[in-house]
Amino acid sequence: MGDAPLLRVDDLQLHYQTRQGVVHAVDGIDFELKRNEALVVLGESGCGKSSLAKALMRVLPRNVHHQGGRVHLGDTELTALSDERFRREVQWSRMALVMQASMNALNPVVKVGEQVAEPLRVLRRWPRRQALARAAEVFALVGISTDFMTRYPFELSGGMRQRAVLAMALVAEPELVILDEPTSALDVLTQASIMNALKRVKRELGTSFILITHDVATSSELADRVALMYAGQLVEVSDAERFFSDPAHPYSQMLMASVPKLRQRSRPQAIPGQPPSLFEPPAGCRFAARCPHRFAACSRDPRAIRLAERHRVRCWLHDDTQAGGGA
Amino acid sequence: MATSRADLPANAEASLLKVRDLHTWFELRQWGFLRVGAVHAVDGVNFTLERGEAVAFVGESGCGKSSLARTLLGLHRPTRGSVRFAGREMQSLSPAELKAYRAEVGYVQQDPYGALPPFLDVRRILAEPLIVHGIKDRQERERRIRAVLEEVRLSPAEEYLGKFPHMLSGGQQQRVVIARALILAPSMIIADEPVSMLDASVRVEILNLLRGIQARRELTLVFITHDLSTVRHFAERIFVMYAGQVVESAAVDELLDHPQHPYTQALLAAIADPDAANARRLREVPAGEPPSLIQPPTGCRFHPRCPHAMAGLCDRDDPPDFTPRENHLSACWLHR
Repeated sequence: MGDAPLLRVDDLQLHYQTRQGVVHAVDGIDFELKRNEALVVLGESGCGKSSLAKALMRVLPRNVHHQGGRVHLGDTELTALSDERFRREVQWSRMALVMQASMNALNPVVKVGEQVAEPLRVLRRWPRRQALARAAEVFALVGISTDFMTRYPFELSGGMRQRAVLAMALVAEPELVILDEPTSALDVLTQASIMNALKRVKRELGTSFILITHDVATSSELADRVALMYAGQLVEVSDAERFFSDPAHPYSQMLMASVPKLRQRSRPQAIPGQPPSLFEPPAGCRFAARCPHRFAACSRDPRAIRLAERHRVRCWLHDDTQAGGGA
Repeated sequence: MATSRADLPANAEASLLKVRDLHTWFELRQWGFLRVGAVHAVDGVNFTLERGEAVAFVGESGCGKSSLARTLLGLHRPTRGSVRFAGREMQSLSPAELKAYRAEVGYVQQDPYGALPPFLDVRRILAEPLIVHGIKDRQERERRIRAVLEEVRLSPAEEYLGKFPHMLSGGQQQRVVIARALILAPSMIIADEPVSMLDASVRVEILNLLRGIQARRELTLVFITHDLSTVRHFAERIFVMYAGQVVESAAVDELLDHPQHPYTQALLAAIADPDAANARRLREVPAGEPPSLIQPPTGCRFHPRCPHAMAGLCDRDDPPDFTPRENHLSACWLHR
C-alpha cells in the first residue's frame, strides 16, 4: 500500500545504568511517520529526546541497561537486524543522523567536498569523480557555493559547516534524516536560512525528517506533525496545525504559553515546578505534579487516548470514562 | 553621592551611564610583537541610560554586544571614547575607585554553571563579594546572604546555603548568579544572555525574576541577548547592534512594530512565532554573513547584504544617526 508508514516505532525503550541508578530516558514510545513527512519531537532538556535519536540510529553509549521495543523502516524490522547489517544496509544509506553541534565533528584536515562525498565512496563504492559530482549537487541544494568544496572546515563559518554536515547526511539520499537540534548553536539569520534549506530538500528530494528540538518556534518551520515528549514519554502526538493552535495536553498548553512571541503582546507564563527524575519516574501521569487539572485518576498511568485520526494524547482529561464519575 | 570634582555639570546625576564614541579594539599581533591589525569589537557606540531603566542590546554573535558589556564592567579598557558612570569618567578612576565601581555594577553571566566556582557552597559564593568589599562582621554577612536568597526566591535559605552548584538545577544556579550580582546592592545590573542556556519554561521565570527585582530596586538593567522575541516583555528600550555598532534604537514597542533599519527588518523577518503555516513558506534571509571585524566594510557595514544599498553612497560614507520617527534612531542613508 502506498500509504503504509515509512517508520513505525512501537514501545521503544532505552534505559541507562549509572552509578545513581537506572535512568529511564526513553520509556515506551510509539509513533508513525509517513513518507515525505516531517515529525518534530519537541521537549525540554533531560526529557530523553536525544536518547530517542540515539536509540533509533543505534549510536548508543556503553552504559545501556535495557533496550526494548520494535522499529520498522518500510518493510524492514530494524530492531531485528544485527549491528553489522544495520551499519551496512541502513545507516547513512536509508537513515542518517545529524547530531547536535556536529558541525564541529568535521575532519579538520580533509577538504569539505571530499568529506561530503565519502559516504557514497564507502557505502556505494562510487568512483571519486562521480561521488564529488553528486556532492556538488547536494551542496547547491543546501545552499553552499560549490567553491567551498575544496576548502577545509576552518575556512567555513559555523552556518556553512552545519550545511556541509547536512549535505553529508543527504548525499546518499536516505529515506529518513534525523536532526538533533540542528540549529540551536546558530544565529537567528543562519537558523532561518538552514530551515529554508531543509524545506527545499524536503520538497525536492521527498526526504522524511525527524527534527528533535527544544525550540517551539523553530520547530514550526518544518513540522507536519509534532510529538511532545515529557519525562521519557510522548504526551501528545498531533498534526502541526492542531498542536500549534489548540493543543490538547495540559503540558502542551502550558509549554505553548511559556514561549515568548515576537508578534504578540501577551506575556509568556512560566510552568511552575520541575520535571520528575528519570531515575524513578512517578507512577501515574508524569506531569501530574505540575498540572493544574490534576484529579484522582492521574495517580494511574494515563493511556494514550485517541482524540482523532492521528491525534493521541496521554491525559485522563480526554478519557470519557474518567470525565464523569471516575474521580 | 559626593564627588570631589567641582566641575561636574549640574545635570550629570540625572543619567546613570553616558557612553560616547566608545571603541573597544583587540589588537592582533604576530610573533607576539608585530601589530597586524585589530578586531573592532565595539566601534563607535553612543548611548545614555537613565536610572531605573531596563534596556536590551540585541544582535547576532560577533556583533560586539558581549565586548560592550565587558567594557562597561571595566573588564576591557576602551581603546577610545568615554564611559561616564554617575558623572565620573571610568578611565580616570583610581584602582580603589574602580573597585567601588565594580560594587555598583552587578554581572549576570550566560552560563550559570561555568560562572559558579564548583568547590564553594552557596553561602561561600555569596560571602566572597562581601569579604572582598570589607564587610567583616560575620553575622551581617549571613543576614545579607539570607535576604538576597529570599529575594531570588531560593527559600527557605537554609535549604540552599550548604549546597554546591552541581546540586542545583540550571534555573537555581542562575538564581545564585543573580543573588551574587545583587549582594553588594549595585545600581546597575548587566545580564549577558542570562537565559540562553535554560529551558523555555525556566527562561520566563528567570526573566520575570530579574525584571521584578529591577523594578523593586529601581536598578538600571542592561540585558544583552540575541533573542528578540523575549525583549518586548523584559526591556523598555532596544539597541540593535551590527558589526560593532548600534544601528537602531527606540522604545521596545516602537522598534518592534516599526523597524526602520534594513538589518533590523531582516532580523525580525527571520524570527518565527510558533505557527503551523511557517512550514509552508520560505523565509526571506539576506544573503551573506556578518562582515569581518578586522577589516569592516567601508560606509555602512550592512551594505554588502542590504537589499536597498545605494552605490556610491552606502558603500562609501558611514551613515550618521537619523531620526525617521520620534525618539527613534536609525543609522541608514535611506532616511536621508
